[in-house]
Amino acid sequence: MFVKELVINFYETAAIIVFGIGFVTLLLNRNIIKKIIGFNFMDTAIYLFLASKGYIAGRIAPILAEGTDPTVYQKAVNGVLTNVPTVEKYINPIPAGLVLTGIVVSVSFTAFFLALAVRLYREYHTLDLHEIISIMNKEENKE
Amino acid sequence: MISLIDTLKSFVDGAPVKKEDDTKLTIKKVSKHHETSFTERVTSMIEKGESKTARSAYTVVAVIMAVIIIACLIYTVSFLPHFGGADNPANSSEVVKAYIENGIHDTGATNFVAGMILNYRAFDTLGESSVLFIAATTVIILLFRHKTKEEEKIATVEEEVYEDKHDVILRHGALILVPVTLMFGVYVLFNGHLSPGGGFSGGTILGAALILYNLAFGDKSTQKFFNYNINKVVKISALTFYALSQSYMFFTGANRLPIPDINGVAGSLISSGFILPLNIGVGFEVACTMFGFYSLFDREEI
Repeated sequence: MFVKELVINFYETAAIIVFGIGFVTLLLNRNIIKKIIGFNFMDTAIYLFLASKGYIAGRIAPILAEGTDPTVYQKAVNGVLTNVPTVEKYINPIPAGLVLTGIVVSVSFTAFFLALAVRLYREYHTLDLHEIISIMNKEENKE
Repeated sequence: MISLIDTLKSFVDGAPVKKEDDTKLTIKKVSKHHETSFTERVTSMIEKGESKTARSAYTVVAVIMAVIIIACLIYTVSFLPHFGGADNPANSSEVVKAYIENGIHDTGATNFVAGMILNYRAFDTLGESSVLFIAATTVIILLFRHKTKEEEKIATVEEEVYEDKHDVILRHGALILVPVTLMFGVYVLFNGHLSPGGGFSGGTILGAALILYNLAFGDKSTQKFFNYNINKVVKISALTFYALSQSYMFFTGANRLPIPDINGVAGSLISSGFILPLNIGVGFEVACTMFGFYSLFDREEI
C-alpha cells in the first residue's frame, strides 16, 4: 500500500529524493562551490514538487485555448459575468507563479553566495571550508 | 616506516603521506602536547577541526539526520492526494476557480498566470524584482572595484592579445545570433500577457544576447552603449516605475485603471492595462541584472 502510493505520486517521490541528494551534498561536501550546487539541487526539487502538485491529468496550460475568442469573456452585464472560461479545461495556475518566485530567489542567492566564495578565495586561497576555519583560528590565536 | 595501513588511510582521508622524519616530529609535538590538560587538548582539537573522530562523527550524524528527514518526507508523500487528480484540495479551491473564470474580465490577460502574477499578486512580483535588485547590489558591493592605471594598461594589452577579437567563427556567429536573440527576447517580453513568457523569461533572453555580444566584440564596444551608469539608471528607473504604478493601482481600487487606450480588447497586443508596461519594466531589470552578474564575475566591473 505504502509503495503503491509512492508509485502513484512518483513525481513527488522523485522530488523528495533529489531534495535528499542536495541536502546530503550540502552537509558532507567541504568545498563551498559544491555546497552551492547542493542548494541548487534542493531548489530544483522544490520546483518539481510544486509543478507536479499543480498538474491535472488531461488538461492544458492556463493560457486561453487556441481558437476561442477572448472578447466574449471580457463583458459583464450589470456586474454579473455572463460568459466565463471553463475551469475544467485548464490546470492550476498558482504553482506556476510560486515556481517563478522560487527561481528568482534561487538565482539571487546563488549569485550572492558565489560572490562571497570569490571573496573568500581571494582572502584564503582555498575553497575548503575546514581549511578556511583553521586558518581563521590560527589568525585569531596570533592576535 | 610507512605501513600499508597508513598509506591506505591517507588515500581515504586525503591526508599527506607521512615520512619517517615527520613521524618523529609529531611524536615530539605530542609529548609537548601533554603538558596541557586533557580538556584543553580536546577543545583545541575540536576548534581546529583536526580530530578525525569528530569529523567522522559529524559525517555519521549528518547522514543519519538526512536519512531521517527524507524518510519523514517520503512517508508524508504517501499520504498526499493522487498525482493529477482534479479533485485535489489544491486544484479544486475557490482561488483557482476565481483566477480562471474572472481572469480575463478582471485583468484582460489571456495568459492566466501573467494576469495572476502581475495583477492579482503584483506585490509578490514587486518583491521578486526587489530581491533581484538587492542581489545585484550586493554582488556589486562584494566584487566591483575600480582598476588602477597599471591594471588598465595590462587589461588593454591582454584584450589586444588574448581577446576573442580574432575568433572569426565566434564573431560571425554572434553577428547572426545577437539580432535574432534580441528580437526573440523582445517578442517574449511584449507577448507576456498573451502567450507563455513575460518579464522574467524575456529579460533573461535579452541578458543572454548582451552577454553574447560582449563575448564576441569585447568590453570596449559593449561599454559604448551599456556601461555602469546606464545599467544603474535603467535598473533603478524600472524598479521605481513598477513600484509607483503598482501602488497607484492598488490605492485606487486594485482594478484596471479606466484608461481605454491601455486596457484595449483582450487578446490584442495593447491590452490588459498595466501588465504590458510592467512586463517591460521587469524585463529590463532582469536583463541588467543578468548582464551585471556576468560581467562582475568575469572582470569585476560592468
